[in-house]
Amino acid sequence: MVSLSDYLILSSVIFCIGLVGIFINRTNIITLLMCVELILAAVNTNFIAFSHFLGNEAGQIFVFFILTVAAAEVAIGLAILTLLFRVRGSIDVDVTNSLKG
Amino acid sequence: MSSEQIIFYFLSFWFIASSLAMIFARNAAKAVLFLVLGFFSAASIWILLEAEFLAITLILVYVGAVMVLFLFVIKMLNIDKSTLRAKFAGYLPLGLIVALIIIAEMTLVLGNAQFGLDAMPSPARHAADYSNITELALQLYTTYVYPFELAAVLLLIAIIAAITLVHRQEVNRKNQSISEQVNVKAKDRVRIVSIASPSKEGK
Repeated sequence: MVSLSDYLILSSVIFCIGLVGIFINRTNIITLLMCVELILAAVNTNFIAFSHFLGNEAGQIFVFFILTVAAAEVAIGLAILTLLFRVRGSIDVDVTNSLKG
Repeated sequence: MSSEQIIFYFLSFWFIASSLAMIFARNAAKAVLFLVLGFFSAASIWILLEAEFLAITLILVYVGAVMVLFLFVIKMLNIDKSTLRAKFAGYLPLGLIVALIIIAEMTLVLGNAQFGLDAMPSPARHAADYSNITELALQLYTTYVYPFELAAVLLLIAIIAAITLVHRQEVNRKNQSISEQVNVKAKDRVRIVSIASPSKEGK
């Protein structure tokens, strides 16, 4: 049988992979957004594992809302990205420094 | 090793492998495709946890809509060749150290001693006529109906915000000028050039 700790360790590994992705891909915003998606997938796996092992559907409801918010976030994030590309001609994070004091 | 464990480790392997391939991919479009593979593995793991509705939702909403949106944006912005990797070497060691420390701490906290089968026994499988969607819907439309409607409003706000952001203003929108098209003369569009005919020998 697969224990709860197996699921939790799997999702913590995925979480850390997403974190490393943010560290090493910090020039490309589109990859940063995908790493955030990966981290959210890890968190959702955590919620569903606890929901299964505790016999409570509230965790799955929470994952439903996380999916909704993440979809909205991606839509607005990609819209901002398109706008940024239109204005700057690049989506490099290092180019977007006009708010630097 | 039971068959459930074999399936779990197989799916976990592909989830982790595709995530690693995603963050190290040089091409952004390839990274999206690796993330799709990772989401498929995650959905299979969720089915193993008897969350069928969310697994299907992950594939339909994420793979079907969000990832395709990513691919659209990557192809539209033509940035798949500009994936620069200048900072790669500088931040990889720091990132690896942080990740390994987090994984070690998590493994100590979430190990078998606290969340093993002795502490959290695996629940009995549901009967064949159990419906995950019915259970979720009963909760969603009774206890969580107010957050559910808020989520709908949030999606509406996201639609309006995304469209408003990328909508071109009157100044730089590309639209037809009907009067200009109607008033055009042939000499404005066609230029007759006389060129010397090639000789029979050619070249």
